[in-house]
Amino acid sequence: MKIEETTSAIVSEFESFDDWMDKYNYLIELGKSLPLIDEKYKVEANLIQGCQSRVWLHAGFDGSLVHFTADSDAVITKGIANLLIRAFSGHTPQEILDSSTEFLKEIGLTEHLSPTRSNGMLSMIKQIKMYALAFKTKAAMGN
Amino acid sequence: MNVKLNNPDKGLDPEIIRADFPILSRKVHNKPLVYFDNAATTQKPQAVIDALVGYYTGINSNVHRGVHYLSQQATIAFEEVRGEIQHFVNAKFSHEIIYTRGCTEAINLVAASWGKVNVGKGDEILISGMEHHSNIVPWQMLCEEKGAVLKVCPLHPDGSLDMEAYSTMLGEKTRLVAITHISNTLGTINPVKEITRLAHEKGIAVLIDGAQALSHMKVDVQDIGCEFYAFSAHKVYGPMGIGALYGKEDVLNAMPPYQGGGEMIKSVTFEKTLYNELPFKFEAGTPNVGDVIGFGAALDYISAIGIERIAAWEQELLRYATEKLSADPTIRIIGTAPEKASLISFLIEGIHPFDAGTIIDHMGVAVRTGTHCTQPLMDGLGISGTIRASFAFYNTKQEIDRLMEAIEKVKEFFL
Repeated sequence: MKIEETTSAIVSEFESFDDWMDKYNYLIELGKSLPLIDEKYKVEANLIQGCQSRVWLHAGFDGSLVHFTADSDAVITKGIANLLIRAFSGHTPQEILDSSTEFLKEIGLTEHLSPTRSNGMLSMIKQIKMYALAFKTKAAMGN
Repeated sequence: MNVKLNNPDKGLDPEIIRADFPILSRKVHNKPLVYFDNAATTQKPQAVIDALVGYYTGINSNVHRGVHYLSQQATIAFEEVRGEIQHFVNAKFSHEIIYTRGCTEAINLVAASWGKVNVGKGDEILISGMEHHSNIVPWQMLCEEKGAVLKVCPLHPDGSLDMEAYSTMLGEKTRLVAITHISNTLGTINPVKEITRLAHEKGIAVLIDGAQALSHMKVDVQDIGCEFYAFSAHKVYGPMGIGALYGKEDVLNAMPPYQGGGEMIKSVTFEKTLYNELPFKFEAGTPNVGDVIGFGAALDYISAIGIERIAAWEQELLRYATEKLSADPTIRIIGTAPEKASLISFLIEGIHPFDAGTIIDHMGVAVRTGTHCTQPLMDGLGISGTIRASFAFYNTKQEIDRLMEAIEKVKEFFL
């Protein structure tokens, strides 16, 4: 599935919620169901700077696709990580770099998009894109 | 203002006070706002907003230099506020009050100027384990530059300062003690007079970070006896971007200027510049006149109500909130010193502060979550952050009940 298809599916899911409580319950559910990250990746080097909660993001590259795993000590943050992984994991670096993050505004998580120190989402997206760029460069050099 | 409706002999009626603060009647997330982030910044009464508008509408002009009418009016107002601040903190002279951008700049001024001539290689600066980054980093920078050493006085488990350790840490090489009056994270009120007395016994200068104190209690810099006392207007119901440094006259006179520019000079030739007298020596450039006027209006407002009445009501709010939060076995209060200002840091068992804060916000209650710019303190306590509710005199017990409801909602979500 293309990134845009996944993100519009996410937007439709969130559109079905009547109020903020349903939305957060869903995010919390997503947080709790986030696949476990390999403990060996929960290291300082994988910590994302600029989050009020601690977020570990690990990226693996199989030569064509990037695979992300993540964890956080806050459940809502884990839920957001789950959404981002669902959207971006399993795609080529170029696809990730070309993708839009507008869907996050559309699902109304704007409070997590504001450029404050408490927000984890922007930092996570930045990190995801940076990994994609790094793997793209690596792949190009390998050729 | 509605202040006059309050009988000065009686306790304070927050419902009357609230009418003076327009922002308190707004809604967030479709719920009436409960503002419990007063330790970060306080809301502004209409009197302060009017003073700012009045300044820019009626007398805006540059101070000190102009002979024209407006400039004189602005200068008079600007200098009157200096006198007001002097009386508010009971400084001996108005020229002991230096306008700064805020508390942070006031501390940086001392670090840069006083530190330049008083701190050398191997010297020590003593801070405490509960300091805000603003009272850590300027000293770290100075120590790095000078080859000096930053020492940190430990805390007791309840969040009070270990005064025994403090006494023993005042050594031959200690040049300065820089300690907060009130902890922005724990609420602890430090015994600043005793801290100063012990330091002075050994000839050590003292700076008190008063950012959190001015709005909660009577501050008397002569009684404390400290060399420096730093504070911001925005935490005392005044505008952001203005604050002050109190410094003892002789200490300030012996210090080199902080920044160069206009205002701070007496005469300039390309060969030699003579510096201006206090307080202008430390106020280079066009000052923030409008916000100074707003600061004055804020102090007028507080003085009209009376800081003792404010303190009494805030202590009642603290008592009520402590009682409510303590009754919940899933809540752990961080900071239980006997002397506390009206703020409470806490954790809900098993729930990350960020998660809790997000839900509490959606319930219309503004609290702060995170490290509160005291990362070393958090590391010392072995926690990654807290939820902090900080109260002002316009807050009510009903609002604390709203916080408790929000906490129940948090538990529904996460437990």
